[in-house]
Amino acid sequence: MDLHFRASAGFTILFGASGAGKTTVLDCIAGLSRPDGGRIVVSGHELFDSAKKQDVPAWKRRIGYVIQDLALFPHLTAQENVAFGLHALGVTKRQNRSREMLRTFQIDHLRDQRPAQISGGERQRVALARTLVTEPLALLLDEPLAALDRPTKAHILDDLRQWNATHRVPILYVTHSHEEVFALGEQVIVLVAGRIVAQGRPHEVMSAPRLETVAQLLGFENIFDATVTSLHEERGTLTCRLGAGPVELEAPLVRADIGSNLRVGIRAGDLLLATEIPHGLSARNIVPGTIRKIEQRDVIISAFVDCSGTSFEVHLTLAAREALQLVPGKSVWVVVKTHSCHLMSGA
Amino acid sequence: MNLEAFWLTVRLAMIVAVLLMAFGIPIAYWITYYRWRWKFLVEAVIALPIVLPPTVLGLYVLMALGTRSPIGRYWESLTGHPLAFTFEGLIVGSVLYSLPFAVQPFAAAFSTVDPKLLRASASLGQSPTQTFRRIVLPLSKAGLVTGFVLSFAHTLGEFGVVLMIGGNIPGVTRTISIDIYDQVQAGNYSSANQTALVLLIISFLVLSVVYGVNRRVWAVGPWK
Repeated sequence: MDLHFRASAGFTILFGASGAGKTTVLDCIAGLSRPDGGRIVVSGHELFDSAKKQDVPAWKRRIGYVIQDLALFPHLTAQENVAFGLHALGVTKRQNRSREMLRTFQIDHLRDQRPAQISGGERQRVALARTLVTEPLALLLDEPLAALDRPTKAHILDDLRQWNATHRVPILYVTHSHEEVFALGEQVIVLVAGRIVAQGRPHEVMSAPRLETVAQLLGFENIFDATVTSLHEERGTLTCRLGAGPVELEAPLVRADIGSNLRVGIRAGDLLLATEIPHGLSARNIVPGTIRKIEQRDVIISAFVDCSGTSFEVHLTLAAREALQLVPGKSVWVVVKTHSCHLMSGA
Repeated sequence: MNLEAFWLTVRLAMIVAVLLMAFGIPIAYWITYYRWRWKFLVEAVIALPIVLPPTVLGLYVLMALGTRSPIGRYWESLTGHPLAFTFEGLIVGSVLYSLPFAVQPFAAAFSTVDPKLLRASASLGQSPTQTFRRIVLPLSKAGLVTGFVLSFAHTLGEFGVVLMIGGNIPGVTRTISIDIYDQVQAGNYSSANQTALVLLIISFLVLSVVYGVNRRVWAVGPWK
């Protein structure tokens, strides 16, 4: 692993597949693993510097760290867990501070329960409260919400955002969930095999990847090999033919020559389906085809549309399927916005 | 039954169990958390009393405590009387003899504490000593009780080591197991039988405590 980054106050997302080294980064910052070399500085405190042989032990670093399985202390009640890091304070102060934190996270009624007696979402809150009450200089969160259902997750994220509005410390948040990146991210760092491959605001990093590895990571459902057939510099677009043709798409202009090979990535959720040929649309690409099959995953419908040999995956809602009476064999038009086409260097 | 011998033995076992609590916990801590290439040798030395004939252990301890050894001489200069053939000498020998029965359950209990809890404690600003006191010890309760009770029971029944170091001085070093041996030698079977039965019952009760404690905490306790 080899990386260099700065995180300012607020959320910075460490995004990457498992094994990319996200947890190792956090462990090094927390002082639970030792890097081979380099420097770690948190809010002016030098925590690690291999050149100066400086290595502050974990318990003196004041870095809050919440891991996915939380590691709540099983022999202590919720309140004792939250008060655990306040050992240096007097009894009254410790009680007050921990009660206050329990209230902030809406778990005051659970204060006398042991971790084994409360639900997953409540345990998550106890873990966060236990860490935040110590007022860390930075917060490391390693997929602490991965095991939760969506509403609970959203609720806890709200609490966390609120806390951060008053405390303003750097929060490094590890996830491999696309959704959490957009929900939280002020900054995103994309890690692949221990290296940073992209860094920036979520929509910059996640929506217009320049690198094939990022694209694969983000799971574009539609990735096509394409050949540039014409450039329209005045309109800021280019036209490319998908695979062996005949489908052509108008995509944003990039530096490319006619005849060169590119890859086009399109998210299934960015595509529209129409049952009649649409009129008066701003979208430049309207491709006729036939529904080959329809799959349902959760509340998302995936329609696979064959357009003269090119297959698109389109995500729809249940309601859309009902309203349009979409069934395999039906003729449809796939609508592709120019800016939904993401171009990457070709294979 | 020889009550004097009985109470002497109980006193000895209690003192030894308490001392092993004090010495055994740091030793078990070291064995559990420190990494050292030759640690296995230390572990082997600590486990020796399990396999060594008590007479062999007793002989070496006797030699180490005798007036001709530095330890024996130092003790004599300190207290004015030799260490061998005294109650104090018995304590030293018994502590060594029962060491593995305390250290092994302690170390086993420490090593079952989830390392994630230790990391969490460190991230919450607790030093290794604080973490040990606040996380490891409370979560090792069953192992601590087991080690205490086992070293108590083991000392209760020792024979060879006691005989080698302490001899057979009534009121000073005559323990129940030696008393039983004496009774049998004297052909006094019914008295020997009585004492033996008491020892058997105590040992059974003690082991019941050990298994009971471990079952309660690990199988159906208030926490997982």
